This record gives sequence, C-alpha cells and structure tokens, in this order.
Amino acid sequence: MKKSESEISVKKKSTKILADLRGFGGNLYGQMEKGKFPWVEMPSRSTENIYYNPDVRQYVLGEKSVRRTARNIRHIKPFTQMVWAGYFASELVKNRKTSTLRDVYYSAQAYEMTFKDQPESNNIITDLETATGFAREDFNVFPEERSAIFGDLTIEYTVPGYEGKQLNLTSHPDGVMIGPSVVSAEFAKAGCDKVIAIEKGGLFTRFIEERVHEKYNALLILTAGQAPRATRHFLNRLNRELELPVFIFTDGDPWGMHIAMVIISGSANAAHLRGLTTPDAKWSGVYATDIVDYKLPSDPLTDVDIKRLHELEKDPRYTGDLWKREIKTFLKIKKKAEQEAFSRYGLTYIVDEYLPTKLNEMAD
Amino acid sequence: MVTFQEISPADFFYRNRDIAGFTNPSRAIFVSVRELVENSLDSADQMNVPPEVYVRLTEEDGVTTATESGNGVYKLMVMDNGSGIAARHIPSAFGQVLFGSNYKLKQARGTFGLGGTMAILYGQITTHKPVLIRSSTGGSKIYEFKLMIDIQRNRPLILDRKTRRNKENWRGTIVEYSLEGDYYRAMSKILEYMKQTALVTPYADIRFVDPKGRLYMFTKATSKMPPPPEETLAHPYGVDVETLHRLIGITTSRNMLDFMRKHFHRVGQGTSLSFLDFAGFIRTSSPQSMKPEDIAKLMETVKKSKKFRQYFGKISEEKLKAALKKTKHPNMLEFMQSHFPEVDKVVILRLLAAAGFVRSKNPKKLKPSEIVKLVRMMKKFPDFLPPDAGCLSPLGEDLLRAGILKELKPEFIAVSQRKPSTYSGHPFIVETAIAYGGDIPKKDDIVVYRFANKIPLLYDEASDVSVRVIKSINWRRYKVAPGMPLAILVHLCSTKVPYKTVGKEFIADRPEVKSEILNGIREVARRLQIFLTKREHVAKEKKRLSVFSKYLPKIARFSTDLAGKTETPDVELLLKSVRKYEEE
Repeated sequence: MKKSESEISVKKKSTKILADLRGFGGNLYGQMEKGKFPWVEMPSRSTENIYYNPDVRQYVLGEKSVRRTARNIRHIKPFTQMVWAGYFASELVKNRKTSTLRDVYYSAQAYEMTFKDQPESNNIITDLETATGFAREDFNVFPEERSAIFGDLTIEYTVPGYEGKQLNLTSHPDGVMIGPSVVSAEFAKAGCDKVIAIEKGGLFTRFIEERVHEKYNALLILTAGQAPRATRHFLNRLNRELELPVFIFTDGDPWGMHIAMVIISGSANAAHLRGLTTPDAKWSGVYATDIVDYKLPSDPLTDVDIKRLHELEKDPRYTGDLWKREIKTFLKIKKKAEQEAFSRYGLTYIVDEYLPTKLNEMAD
Repeated sequence: MVTFQEISPADFFYRNRDIAGFTNPSRAIFVSVRELVENSLDSADQMNVPPEVYVRLTEEDGVTTATESGNGVYKLMVMDNGSGIAARHIPSAFGQVLFGSNYKLKQARGTFGLGGTMAILYGQITTHKPVLIRSSTGGSKIYEFKLMIDIQRNRPLILDRKTRRNKENWRGTIVEYSLEGDYYRAMSKILEYMKQTALVTPYADIRFVDPKGRLYMFTKATSKMPPPPEETLAHPYGVDVETLHRLIGITTSRNMLDFMRKHFHRVGQGTSLSFLDFAGFIRTSSPQSMKPEDIAKLMETVKKSKKFRQYFGKISEEKLKAALKKTKHPNMLEFMQSHFPEVDKVVILRLLAAAGFVRSKNPKKLKPSEIVKLVRMMKKFPDFLPPDAGCLSPLGEDLLRAGILKELKPEFIAVSQRKPSTYSGHPFIVETAIAYGGDIPKKDDIVVYRFANKIPLLYDEASDVSVRVIKSINWRRYKVAPGMPLAILVHLCSTKVPYKTVGKEFIADRPEVKSEILNGIREVARRLQIFLTKREHVAKEKKRLSVFSKYLPKIARFSTDLAGKTETPDVELLLKSVRKYEEE
C-alpha cells in the first residue's frame, strides 16, 4: 500500500492548484499594474487543433494557441468570466467546498457576472481548464451525474469534517456513490486485485449479490452509461496509484463499445486534459463475437446503430485488432445484445461461466 | 317633353354641394372652418402682415342642440387681421358665388369667392339664417352687413347694413354664421388641420375656441414671412376654352397680336408673332397690294432699326418695287422669305408687324370654332417660354424648419426647396422636409404631412402622389427601419395645384410634379441617412465603452483577489485609452 505517497499527492495537488491560480491572477494583476490590458494565452480548442496522439493513446491539443485579451471588445466578457471562474475555483479549493456546473451558473449572478445560459458558463469552466491545465474536478466542480463503487477498498476522506475517517467500500450493499468526497479521498487499504466497470445498474447489483467482488477479488464500478469525468479520473487513479487492471463490461452494441473507449482513450472534448484516461483498461464484452459464440438473444441493429459503426470505423481511437474485428462482426451479423441477455441461461450464468472465461481470455 | 333651364352658379353648388366637400355634417363643418381660415390667412398674407386668426365655434344660442352623435347647429365665427374688404364689395364677396374671379394668377390658398361663399351657402341652406359680415380696410369706418344669398339668381340679399366708427383703426374681417354640422366627429380633423396649418404657417397666430369652450392656441414662432407672390398672367399652356372665352370678354385689345401679349404670361412680340403664324391667326399683306407709300414705309421701318438694317440693309427701294411687281408670292411673308432665305422667320414677321403689314382678327370676333382651335394650337406650340416662378410663394427652408421645430420638436430635421419647375404651363415649387424624433409618433409607416399652397391636406392620403412616392422608395437604403419616429413633409406651391377632385384632398400623379417630389424627398432622406449613421455610430461607441467600463473593473477586482493582493490596480487609464482611441 502506497498510502503515504498518495496522501502527499492529493494534498500536494490542491496546494499546486492554489499556487497556479494565484499565479494566473498575479500575471493579470501585473499586466494591469503596468497599465496594459490583461491577456492570457492558451491552447486553441478548435477542432482543427485537436489530434489523436497514439503515443499517449488519447486526443491532445496541437500547437495552435489563442490569445484572449481584455482589449478586444469580443473577448472582454468571456475573459472577465474566466477570471471570475478562476477566483471562484480558488475560493472552492481554499475553503474545501464543492460545487456543480449548475451551481457555478447561479453563483456567478452573486458577482453580477451573468452567463447567458448554462452552456456559456460550462464553456467558461472549460476555458479555465485549458488555461490552467487542471480539470474542473480539481477545482471541486463536479457534474450532477453520479456513478457507484463497491468492493474491498478502504478509503480515507480528505473532505472537511471527515478528515482521517476511513470507509470500506463494501459497507453498503447498494454500493457507494462516487461523489466529490470519494474522488478526493486517499486510498488506505486495498483487498482487491482488479477493477470491473459495468455499464448498467442491474448487472452491477447482480454482481454484488453474486459476490463477484469476493469470487474474483474485484472492485466493482457502475458507470451508469457513459462514465462521468470524475469516475474516469477515479479509474485512472486506481490503475495508476494501485496498479489495478481495469476490465469494462458493456452492452454488445456500438454505444457500449464507445463507453469502454472513452474510459480507455478519452474524448475530443477533453483533449486539453490529462489523467482522465486509462489506456491499459480492457473492454471485456459483450462482443459481437459473443453474440455468435454464446447464441445470445439479440435485436437487429438500427440504421442509427449502423451509421454509428461506420463513424467508429474511421475514428483514430479504433485502431486495435479487437476493435476492428468487432466492428466488422457487428456490421456482418447486424445484431446487438444487452448484458442482461445472458440471463436466458440462468441468473448466475454470467458470473459463473461467462465472467471467468472472459477474465481468463484477458489475462492471456 | 324635355325642358332646359339655366341655373345660376349658386344654384349649381346648392345642388352639387358634395363635390365641394360638404358631403356630410362632419365633413361640412371641417370644410367650413378650413375655407374661412384659409381666406383669413390669404388676406393677411396679401397685406404682408403676420396673420392673426381667431376661430370660435359655439353650439347655437348656447343651448345644446346636438344629439348623441354631435350633429347639431353651430355658430362659426372667424376673425382676421387681413386686408378687409371695401364696403361696396362686401355683399358680392360673400353673397354671390364666383364673384371676384381674378383673371390674373398668383399662388393663394383658396380662390376667394368660391370656398368661403360655398361655406356660407351651406350654412344658409341648412339653417336658413343670414351671415353677418363686419369688415374694415383700416379706414375710419367699420361696415356691418347682414346678408343672405338669393340662390336662384345668385345675388346677395342685404337684410341689414350698419356703419360704425373705427376708433382703434382696426383692419380685418369678421364672418359669423350658423351651420349644421357634427363637431365631435370632425374634432380630430379640425385640430389636426389647425396643427398642420400652424406648422406650415409658423408666422401666424391661430386661436380656436371649440364648442366646449376649450381654447387651442397656436402661437407664431417667427414674424418673418415668405415674400408675397406677384400676380401673373395665365400661361398659354395652362389655358382652357373657358378661360380664353372670359379673357376675350374683358379684353380691350383690337387684334390678336396685342391680345396675346397683354393677357399671357411671358408672351412678347416675337413669341406672339411666331405663335400666331404657327396657329394660322395672322396673315401678311399681299405683294400686289403694296402701294408706293407702303413700300416707302417698309424701307423707313428698316432704316429706323439697327437690327433691321443689319438684316435687310442691302435692299433698295427700286429693287424692292421691281421685285414686288414680278412676284407670284401670295403674301409678304413668303416674298420676304424667298429674298432673305438666311433671315429668321420671326425677324421678318417683326419687320412686317412694325411696318403694319401684319393683319389679325379682333379677338372679340373670333368664332367658337376658332377659339377652340386657338387653345389647341397653344398646347401644340413648342416655343412658349416656361413660366416664371415669381408668382409663387414657397415657404422657404428657414420658415419650414421653424414651423416643424415649433410643432414637432424633432431631434433631427432636414429641409429642401427645389428649383421652380412647370407642368402644363403651371409653375410649381416643391418643398420637402424630413424630421426624426421629438413629438413624432413611432409608427410602422412614416407620418406624412401634405400641403398644397400652405393648405394641409388631410383626407385620402393613400391616393396622394407624395404618399405613393414615399411608398416607392426603398427606405432601408437610407437606414430607415420600421417603427422609427419619422415624419415627411411635402409642400407643393403652384398657381394651379393638380388636385384630383374639387374638394382639396389629394394631388394627382403628374409626372413632372412626381419627379420633383421624389428628388426633394431623396435629398432630405440622404441627409437623414447621414444623421442616422452618425447616431448609430455614437450609440455603438457608447455601448462599446459601457462594455469596457463594466468588465475592466471586475477583471481588476477578481485578479487582485486571485493574486492575493490588497490594492486593486487602477483601470481608469485603460478606460481612457479605449475612449481616446475611438476619438481619433
């Protein structure tokens, strides 16, 4: 257990965030003190500046940068909003409070900083991420959507009022919500040797009931559809800090496949950020080939599904043999299956038969 | 059996009062007020004194006879400080339709003797009460007449006549009579008429007391008056058979040459000769009839004038005699033309006329068919000089501006007076103005104020040429957007306004008039465009500055807090630099 190391990392990080934000403000302050219009330079997030980098196995921003200056009438409002967002983030981090994107939108009004709408305020938070290189979760700004975790991992809270308190993540049979306090917690003790991420709540509950965590020594994570950024960040930490391999189970359709891909290689929208991807995570099913091999009950692919598959064919993230094979198979059989489809062989089949086979395959 | 019966002009109007605008009780009261006010304004204009007009409308005998609709008997009193009318003319001026028709032309609001008398006639036929006239030309006496009109004979009936001493040297006219009308329906039009009259006559004081005893005052904004119009003769292009007939009736000329010169605008000896020759109303003596003393007279006429010597100097009396003896030419004009082919026809005619060899009829002896032909030829003859605009009395740009500023208090105003122009022999001048903001209402359509010879035109706006012209303009080109508080004023001055109907309501589409109106409006619209562009620029700049002054202090505050400093940097200099940059 690398408790001391990770503890330092979390505390260090918030100190670094505060220092960077102070530097961000100090830079602008200095410019104004010299009688200049304040400005910042940051990487451009326009589509022509987003590239897929096969080395880091995620999208990254290119060389292009934009200069935002208060001298420009079109820049000054978003510029002010970004400075305010920086100020607001530093207050959150300093006071160890958390907030949501929706909250940010309303908080702005207290400072007579009105945002036209939610997307505008979200965009400003993204600007701040780009300008400072931190994710909004680092600023304690969390999304509304929540996923859950269950398994033998003991965490130690760092949030105010709970500092030092520990919790074993098997303590609640429904799983523990991955909220700000879990994301910012230190890892105290791990009794597991792998992570299984699951797309759907039904299967997550089934796995707990069937004691998958004990049988396979696994930490179970419910992504609840597309995994929220906080969850992706948490997966990254489990993989990096605890060196746990990550397996992802999704529905057998292009959308499930892409849930796995975003956990593995991230999205273009987050090209300006690092630490949200887990390149070594493995997609473990349901494959198109599983539909054939296990003779799973299936639905025909819709036009939208097929269109999506053709898009994925051209996506630079889908270069591995596995991906290519599965896309091809989907297009060939023109069928899709949900995770629950295994229930035709009995409620425990997926845990007793399918899962061990898959984990074995993966281990090879 | 069909019987034909001659009717008097008064009888004619009595039977056809609709065409003069007395269509219904509401229109009738409006037209009555308008006609009398116009006469008063004209009368003061002629004296070149700023008009003071007092109008009082009361419900008859102070008793409300008006029914629910406001239809009832009213007493109308109009007083002015105009020229006054000589005592001997008063009965005819107010008791006889078409009295005083002047054969000379000049711009005036109304043709006195028609509109005013019509109003009085209308009062008489609806109430059967006499009209009371008081007038003085400023002499020692004030004359007071009580009159009625003998409709069938078109004669004034004097019921009473008084003379008072004019102690205060008052000059002017008071007309007072009763009429049936509907004031409450006409009220908005009457008030609009007063307002627009005040706008186009900024040198007049107009007071109006309505039947409820409310006083409306339109006070003059200036004492400057437009130069009074000069009287002018009719232009040949604008003459019709009836006018010509009347001119022949009054003329003292014995021949056509003299007649043309004396009664027509810009017709001199030369024009008269070439026109009458063109029209075939003159002939020259025959060469065979030329006696030796005639030849001597011709030679003498040549010698007397330097100009004639220049053209005809080479000829000698002997040669002329010989040539005349041999010639086959039927008249002297052709004879002279064949011998002097290089000399202009008009010059030959001038010589022959000067020597007395041009003959024409006595105008009084023209046959009806000849009168018709003369009028037709007048329209065909291409060489009449265009009429002179001296007979017009436009308001002028300064007065127009003063009037609009007084009544509309606009934020921006542009006025323009076009050069004189003509249509069918009638001179006219178009004045245009455009005003923005102030008391002008914001409407989808531009507010249009139409005037003809200083009369506001209030009815049938959609049919008016100005409105058509305004509608045809692409206003977006002038930065005009719907909903702007915008007013356009068009004033047409002419000796003959091309009204489409007898009631002065709207102006017809004459191409010459239309194009002048269009150009006039374009001119002021261009100036409006400059104003609007500038305004837009200023507004943009204001907005721009407000953006900077809203956000820069915030940036300063947030960065100070972020940086952990205590003193906020001063952004005043930055704000100033933004402003300065724009001023350059």
